[in-house]
Amino acid sequence: MSTWLRNNSAVTLAAVAAVLLLGGLVLAFTWVPNAPLEGFRQRIFYIHVPVALTAYACFGWAAWKALRLLWTRDQRYDLESYTAVHMGVIFGVLTLVTGSIWARTSWGVWWSWGERQLVLFLVLFLFYSAYFMLRYSVEPGPRRASMSAVYALFGVALIPVSFLAIRLAEGLIHPVVFDRDVGENLAGSQLLTFLVCLGGTIALAAALYVNELTGKRIDARLGELREALE
Amino acid sequence: MTYLADVGALARKDLLLELRSRDTLPAMLLFVVSTLVVFNFSLPADASPRAAYGLLWVAIVFTAILGLTRAFAAEREQRVLDGLVLAPCDRSAIWLGKGIAVLAFLALAEVVALPAFALFFQPVTWELVAGVALANVGLAAVGTLLAAMAAASRARELLLPLLFLPLVIPIVVGGVGASIADDPGRYLAFLVLYDVIFAILSWASFEYVVTE
Amino acid sequence: MIRARGLGRSFGATRVLRDLDLDVAERDFLLVTGPNGSGKSTLLGLCAGLLAPTAGELEVAVERGRIGYLAHEPLVYLELTALENLDLYGRLYRIPERRERSGMLLERFGLWEARHQRVAAYSRGMTQRLALCRALLHEPDLLLLDEPFAALDEAGAAVLDAELAELAGERTLVLATHEPERVAALATRRLALA
Repeated sequence: MSTWLRNNSAVTLAAVAAVLLLGGLVLAFTWVPNAPLEGFRQRIFYIHVPVALTAYACFGWAAWKALRLLWTRDQRYDLESYTAVHMGVIFGVLTLVTGSIWARTSWGVWWSWGERQLVLFLVLFLFYSAYFMLRYSVEPGPRRASMSAVYALFGVALIPVSFLAIRLAEGLIHPVVFDRDVGENLAGSQLLTFLVCLGGTIALAAALYVNELTGKRIDARLGELREALE
Repeated sequence: MTYLADVGALARKDLLLELRSRDTLPAMLLFVVSTLVVFNFSLPADASPRAAYGLLWVAIVFTAILGLTRAFAAEREQRVLDGLVLAPCDRSAIWLGKGIAVLAFLALAEVVALPAFALFFQPVTWELVAGVALANVGLAAVGTLLAAMAAASRARELLLPLLFLPLVIPIVVGGVGASIADDPGRYLAFLVLYDVIFAILSWASFEYVVTE
Repeated sequence: MIRARGLGRSFGATRVLRDLDLDVAERDFLLVTGPNGSGKSTLLGLCAGLLAPTAGELEVAVERGRIGYLAHEPLVYLELTALENLDLYGRLYRIPERRERSGMLLERFGLWEARHQRVAAYSRGMTQRLALCRALLHEPDLLLLDEPFAALDEAGAAVLDAELAELAGERTLVLATHEPERVAALATRRLALA
């Protein structure tokens, strides 16, 4: 049973993700009551926040793999760390997009510097885009793996420091912070819906992660075999 | 204490190299003053006087980038970095020695930039100077590590700003806050936090950037 | 002292070394030959610890500070003088009497008069000789030399010959060259890379 699970993990995760996401979306748009302040529009919260949290999880996972690489010098972790960063960036872009849509439906603007999460994700997007620039401009090998790993670790250190900076910056630059139903008082049905959606996004990220990692591993193995035949 | 002796030897070497070639520091001085002059033409007439402080910090960050692009130039040309890495000293000593030199150049550039700023735009407060001093540590710490990374890549001069800018956004916030906020102490404390976190991180991870 | 099993090293998609087995005992003199691009420099870089293997394993039972490495590049600062370069390396390698040792080596390789000149003003031959001084400065147990005779004139080559004759049998040497006749007599092992 467990071998089957291991061999088909991507498919299983994708199935789980589909179920949870579909279920979660249905719940978010039909079952959950309207939010007091914003009304119907607030429901995008159930997509936006899980996606954001999943992005953080991906970056955290990437940093963990990076640490393992530096600790053991086992090159296997390089691909895992890189794929996790890739997933993190995908979900980061989704966070920016859903956040922008939310801002548009709530306040009529596509962007607001007062939105802390949005600004943080913009900074992180820049940071992790530079990660890819770094990888493209260094030859593949142990050196590139080490440098990428160090950079990924800097990334997770940057997350809380940036967040703090953004909060401090509000005092200087953009004092207008819009009012919003943030999930401080998630009760009953709201909490359940949120958790279902969160489970769905994490499962989706995991499915994509396993899928991409397997694909890249196969590519690498193919390359090795080709060379061995030369 | 041989660690500190190593750091001293390496920092001395960097300062000596700059004294001989005299290319980085004059460029940084000229660059920062030129940038300030450009700012005069880019600020509209009705801009808040406090906007100038924001631009000062932009100038400082980009001057730092200019200096950092040259930081490992001598090592890169002759692959001397390999020679240093092979030595039995701790690799982080290379980071610290180079970082001290970068810090010195940055400070010298600011010794010119801050009076120029006070002359052209706005007065310079003690909090601003403290902010600059603290920011220098962060800029040098992170910058030296990233410069070593960029030196190992193909795209060198292009790569360093891309890696550097997102990481120093918090420094800019801290610095600007120290310059214009009502309670600059908060921002200065934040700069200390940044410096501690990223200096330790850079110190510990430099080894992995220069070895395989 | 050096033990390799299935050692391989690739640079991106290019495989430079593959499936190499090697045993070098203490006080051996390994002569590495092969055409350009066969991986001689890569092998020395691996032994020095500057490169990590991408396949197989490599064990070098010498600590970092006891390895002397002469690379293709001289690994010296162009804007410093010969003496300043050796002083820096002397400090980093914790050589007890670095002044004396530097002076002795500079004299032996005929650089004493030029010791206060910036390396940028040196000829290629002089730079190579300085690089040799740097590699020998700390009396390493393992000496890795990548084409040491390149760029040396007859006088310099003669000094190096004498130096190698002295060191062979005392220290472990690995020398890569595509003119092996010069040192063939001293070699105790040979490795030909394709």
